[in-house]
Amino acid sequence: MTFPLITTSRWEIEDAHTLDRYVETEGYKALTKALTLTPEEVHDEVKKASLLGRGGAGFPAGVKWGFLPENVWPRYLVVNGDESEPGTYKDRILLERDPHQLIEGCLITCYALGLSQCFLYVRGEMAHGQERIASALNEAYEAGYIGKNILGTEFSVDIVLHWGAGAYIVGEETALIESLEGNRGMPRLKPPFFPASIGLYGKPTIVNNVETLSNVPWIVLHGGEKFSKIGSEQSTGTRIFAVSGHVNNPGVFEVEFGTTTFRDLIMGENYGQGILNGNKIKAFIPGGASAPWFFEEHLDVPLEKSTVDQAGSMLGSGAIVVMDETTDIVRACHNVVRFFSRESCGKCAPCREGTSWLEKILQRIIDGNGRDDDLDLLLDVCDNISPGITWPPKQTTICPLGPSAVSPISSAIKKYKHEFEAYISQSSQGTPVGIQGGIT
Amino acid sequence: MSRLNEESLRIANEIIGRYPIKKSALIPLLHLAQEQEGWVSREAMNHIAEILQITPAEVLGTCSFYEMFKRSPVGEYQLNICHGISCHLLGAEKLLHHAEETLGIKEGETTEDGKFSLEGVECIAACTEAPCLQVNYRYQNKVTKPHFNQLVQEIKDGNRSEIPKHGSLAKVRQSIPNERLAGIEPVNDAQPPEWLNRNGKES
Repeated sequence: MTFPLITTSRWEIEDAHTLDRYVETEGYKALTKALTLTPEEVHDEVKKASLLGRGGAGFPAGVKWGFLPENVWPRYLVVNGDESEPGTYKDRILLERDPHQLIEGCLITCYALGLSQCFLYVRGEMAHGQERIASALNEAYEAGYIGKNILGTEFSVDIVLHWGAGAYIVGEETALIESLEGNRGMPRLKPPFFPASIGLYGKPTIVNNVETLSNVPWIVLHGGEKFSKIGSEQSTGTRIFAVSGHVNNPGVFEVEFGTTTFRDLIMGENYGQGILNGNKIKAFIPGGASAPWFFEEHLDVPLEKSTVDQAGSMLGSGAIVVMDETTDIVRACHNVVRFFSRESCGKCAPCREGTSWLEKILQRIIDGNGRDDDLDLLLDVCDNISPGITWPPKQTTICPLGPSAVSPISSAIKKYKHEFEAYISQSSQGTPVGIQGGIT
Repeated sequence: MSRLNEESLRIANEIIGRYPIKKSALIPLLHLAQEQEGWVSREAMNHIAEILQITPAEVLGTCSFYEMFKRSPVGEYQLNICHGISCHLLGAEKLLHHAEETLGIKEGETTEDGKFSLEGVECIAACTEAPCLQVNYRYQNKVTKPHFNQLVQEIKDGNRSEIPKHGSLAKVRQSIPNERLAGIEPVNDAQPPEWLNRNGKES
């Protein structure tokens, strides 16, 4: 291994979630160092690192931080810990195994940007993660790392743990803010509601992902330049990927960003160790359920943001889901579409109506009641949600959830149209049916 | 059917004090109500509306958006079987059918004795451990049929006391000692924080 572990360095240490062990393993050193610098110098280090957001969109964090308007106060930090993109499993481990690293990242960010309060939004279903974060916060408050006059300086900030209650859409940053204000988690229109200018309570707000902020202590301690030398030129540092589905060794791995390939991760001895039962790979999802699927010919694409974008998909939330040759593509497609249909917040008609129709049409195909023109109909509905069905997607909706439901359909039909046709050719058409829905 | 009790109210007030605007405490307070009763009753929602000085309709509006809030009684143990894509590929549907047969209920139902509720849920972020499930939001990884049967039996026999009853989430709560609290800036008319001038230069 030629790169240092940045975010997962303490995962093997059993009690790394405690303050004592964290401090013993270089914990809170970065905060101490940051407090000897000016806030602007700290911000510059993160800019130098070219740290890309690790939540899904992959926007550079240092640049996002620079969007805060001058002289508007107070400003807030909101931590997005609502990890729920299918296939994604990294933030929960960061919360459970190394909560202080995240807290330290939050504190440094607040110091650098003059943010006076931080809200740490943890997905409702993650009871254990909430416990670990609560214990860590309690310890850190007692020890003087959080709260009033941190480490005896004039730097003061509160970090508030907030539980979600089960809604994927809340992972979208403006929906997260709505939820934090006590409302239904429905996204806001951008513009004007870019959180950096009009965010929580209408004030400038930085929303960052758990993994993004977990990188910040290392960057401050070792320097942004050193960080930027790891990985490739435009995808710096390391990234955590979860490899799941039909692989011999499913797992969560921190790898060098930009240089490792999908083949390394899926087939590599240190990672996925190849396809289950010696089968062939049929398709894989490269970046969470929202991402268009990749196929065998994409295995040698590097895990590099712009290369994956150009190849027609995205690294999204670092979730690789592998499907082997035994996979029923129509059912897999239905599974992912059902997810978006259930999680649509209902604010925009194309998504609310479109995703549920996509699910129903796929369900009737599986149930043996598909119609000859159903594939055209599916693509027509897709086109109404995301005109042209292009990548990156255009959207007729406020947020990208609707267009995300288009990805599995366009991918599956592009490569495995015959599997849909096989279902339809055997169906009893013209029979009036009730739509069943539910499990497949 | 009840309002928040004295202990819940004490915690509620602590939580409310952490937000610049009271309504932000709505979801945490709904969790408190659910913890107290196992579900969120109309009376509890009305009480929360009183506490936060918002309308009962606003409380219902928020409450009904989020999947974890149950507005009618559910089982003591909520079995949530993940059927996200990774679990789907590794047999989630079979596990769900097995659970239906074992418990004698369909997905979305509660057993007659009020012990178990069964739901197929979307991805719960344990994709490398597929197929997985949660019992009252506690993870069970790589669940086989025998493993599932054993889990159900152990719960029936009262041997899984580490799993709290439905409604309780984290067993550890955040608590901020008063003297350590940085304090909340007013949402309007706040001043730039003084540390911005730290170490000489202005930001």
